[in-house]
Amino acid sequence: MTPASIALNRFGYGIGSDTPVLRDIEAARAFLRRQLDGYEPAPAAIAARADTRDRTGETLQLLRSLRARAADMSEMGGAAMDEMGAASAAMMAAAPQDNRREARAAALAELPPEYRQQLADARRVLVDDIAVRVETAIASPAPMAERLVHFWSNHFSVSVGKPGTQFEVGPHEFAAIRPNITGRFADMLRAAVLHPAMLLYLDQFQSIGPNSPAQRRRGGRAGPERPAGLNENLAREILELHTLGVGGGYSQADVTEFARALTGWTVPGLGRVGRFAKDQPSGAAFVELAHEPGARRVMGRSYPAGGEQQALAILDDLAAHPSTARFIATKLARHFAGDTPPPALIARLEADFLRSGGDLGSLSRTLIAAPETWAPQPVKFLSPFEWFIAARRLTGSTAPERRLLIGALTQLGQTPWRAPSPAGYEDQAASWAGPDGLLRRVEMAERIARDAPVEDVIARAEAAFPGALSEPTRTQLARAESGRQALGLLLVSPEMMRR
Amino acid sequence: MPIAIDRRSLIAGSLALGAAGLGLPRMAFARGAGQRNLMFVLLRGAADGMAMLAPVGDPGFAALRERLLPDYAGAPRIGSFFAVHPALAETARTVLTGEALFVHAAATVYRERSHFDGQNLLESGGTAPYATRDGWLNRLVGLLNDSAPGTPSLRALAIAPSVPLALRGAAPVSNYAPSALPEASEDFIARVSQLYAADTELAGLWSRALETKAMAEDDGMSSLRNAKAAGALAASLMQGEGGARIAMIELGGWDTHANQRGAFARSAGGLDALLAAYRAGMGEAWADTLVLVATEFGRTARLNGTGGTDHGTAGAALIMGGGVRGGRVIADWPGLGESQLFQRRDLAPTIALESVLAGALAEHLRLDPKLAMARLFPGRSGAPLAGIMRG
Repeated sequence: MTPASIALNRFGYGIGSDTPVLRDIEAARAFLRRQLDGYEPAPAAIAARADTRDRTGETLQLLRSLRARAADMSEMGGAAMDEMGAASAAMMAAAPQDNRREARAAALAELPPEYRQQLADARRVLVDDIAVRVETAIASPAPMAERLVHFWSNHFSVSVGKPGTQFEVGPHEFAAIRPNITGRFADMLRAAVLHPAMLLYLDQFQSIGPNSPAQRRRGGRAGPERPAGLNENLAREILELHTLGVGGGYSQADVTEFARALTGWTVPGLGRVGRFAKDQPSGAAFVELAHEPGARRVMGRSYPAGGEQQALAILDDLAAHPSTARFIATKLARHFAGDTPPPALIARLEADFLRSGGDLGSLSRTLIAAPETWAPQPVKFLSPFEWFIAARRLTGSTAPERRLLIGALTQLGQTPWRAPSPAGYEDQAASWAGPDGLLRRVEMAERIARDAPVEDVIARAEAAFPGALSEPTRTQLARAESGRQALGLLLVSPEMMRR
Repeated sequence: MPIAIDRRSLIAGSLALGAAGLGLPRMAFARGAGQRNLMFVLLRGAADGMAMLAPVGDPGFAALRERLLPDYAGAPRIGSFFAVHPALAETARTVLTGEALFVHAAATVYRERSHFDGQNLLESGGTAPYATRDGWLNRLVGLLNDSAPGTPSLRALAIAPSVPLALRGAAPVSNYAPSALPEASEDFIARVSQLYAADTELAGLWSRALETKAMAEDDGMSSLRNAKAAGALAASLMQGEGGARIAMIELGGWDTHANQRGAFARSAGGLDALLAAYRAGMGEAWADTLVLVATEFGRTARLNGTGGTDHGTAGAALIMGGGVRGGRVIADWPGLGESQLFQRRDLAPTIALESVLAGALAEHLRLDPKLAMARLFPGRSGAPLAGIMRG
């Protein structure tokens, strides 16, 4: 690959409508730095998004009330939940064919009307949020910044697979990730893990201190319909996935202590404790009554009793920990310099993280300046989402109808905000370079080319991969029976599969 | 789906058109393992072994999980000690007819509580997470290929949208999942074959994609969401000479941190339906088929404050097949008293899961158990478990 092609494809999402000619590596680097300087955290479509803050917890409340109602009626309290779960799953899976839609309608018809309406609203909001994410990336003059948004969003992965998060996953990326990609890691950490989307996704919203006033008031009684107690899930994943990394030196005792410190952090609008909630900048709420009293000890440091400040203080120390620097450096290096990232690059990023106090803008500039990220051989196999965005940017076709978009991304294997685990989507070729995934891209490519402008495909290929279009690809494009077919082939060419 | 053409002939036609490099081996198998089939089912997210197979005969059980007791009131029993979760009714029937068994209080060598590290270790077969880059199922394919030199590579298949770590490695494998996308045209497929001719990696992926696509014909499915259909699909992809001999399928939804009663029943019901459909779909070949079901680790013995369970240590595994000496539970039961729990919170591990997997597949595939253990799960101190299969 040439420096120009690397700037477009490895750092960005491929050619756009306004991509300049980049004569050498310094011009390519300057082009990338300009993208970071001119990055727009809240483009019009995001700034205009309707506020859904007052709906946080709504779905969950409905789930709970339904479960309680079912439990009153019979011992089999799980039955209603099963229906709800099946209906939610059917609702959220947006396969485009009619039979799925019918199945969805049938599942929905079984539910009470208020729940039907709620699910329909949640789905509409989610479809729009995913469309805004995709359309922003396709149209962006700063695709490297968009790539960083998606990198960090995946680092702090949340999933709509969890009931109650549908209104929140979009705002999580728009409000917690986007404003912070060139800011301080500590700020992004606070915003991302204390956002309602994460508090719901990793069960924090219902974690209650075992010795808290709220728990004592319940007389320690916790029935299946009145769950109450400590939940370690968020604490563990913050340590393992968001900050220190799995070998980062924490123990089970640190997990439990951190979980105790996090009690009280919940989402607004939930039940009776909601009256006592203090709203937080992240969109979360803090309920002192549910907070575990007392001092905590995490990673060898003591934290005095202090309400919501206790968890914030722990988060700040975790953000500055050397293990965190190492972990973040490794993930960034893997994303831009290959599945087996060069140790020297990791070391430079790590030192930069520690020196700059976790300045993510500085880390991005280190990546641009590094020789390792400009290696001429492709270093990464594109994930399905990356491929889809690059294909859409290259073809210049309009994005598909919003309601079909989720289906398309699901078929390719990577729906935004729906990673199979809190670790996010994997960032290595072995996860994406499979026979089935390739077949899907081929099928999708023929479909995309059908509706796109098909003039001058070879000239567009040369512009998309400046100085880097291989002879075999050029030959096959030239032999294609039509511009349409040539464009389809270009979309699945080796050049389009790797960066 | 509105497709009038038989996919098998369609693919054969497209290959004849010009993909000379894609000559697909269609020779009969002649190997020690014969036509034996192996299916590995990975339950991702740490399935709760004590919910799957509840030790109702242990006096400590009721205190730890009082809220879940009603689920087991009329549940099928294996002996007087264990009750199978009611959502696993078909599985329980298979156990009681002697073609399946459970292993309980089993764990890999992993003793931490990260899903991702736990799964990495279970799939790679290494002694530490990320220490081994390929998967034990892929090494098994290599082992079987080595034992039958001169024959084409045995077909191995992940029924999943991407190849899971257990199947990644040097031996060629494929993956397949039903798609809702419109099929590419015959001509386009042939031209993609030419486009990839000079690219070793993409040419290899592409030829395996076309092979499996031909096998799947028109499955009429658009995803793997329906567990019963997924089980039937898996069986259809393992039929006859051209079918896969080794396959893997993954099921999620086991990470039940909160309100696990409904969530576990849902996931277990899916597993039950999948296994029943797979077994039915294998037909006569069921006699030569082994299914191994495992998860990365178990969950806490005690219910947590939110009606769920957190990451634990030992759990249950399930072994099923026409040749399995079933109808029983293999366990060296550690007890549920406070002091008997691992770190006072988890079911204590008393059987090495790796010994179970290696022992079962070695007996089934007529491999030297010690060799299988050494190649698939190197560095373990325990011996492969014997006597899992009949005869």
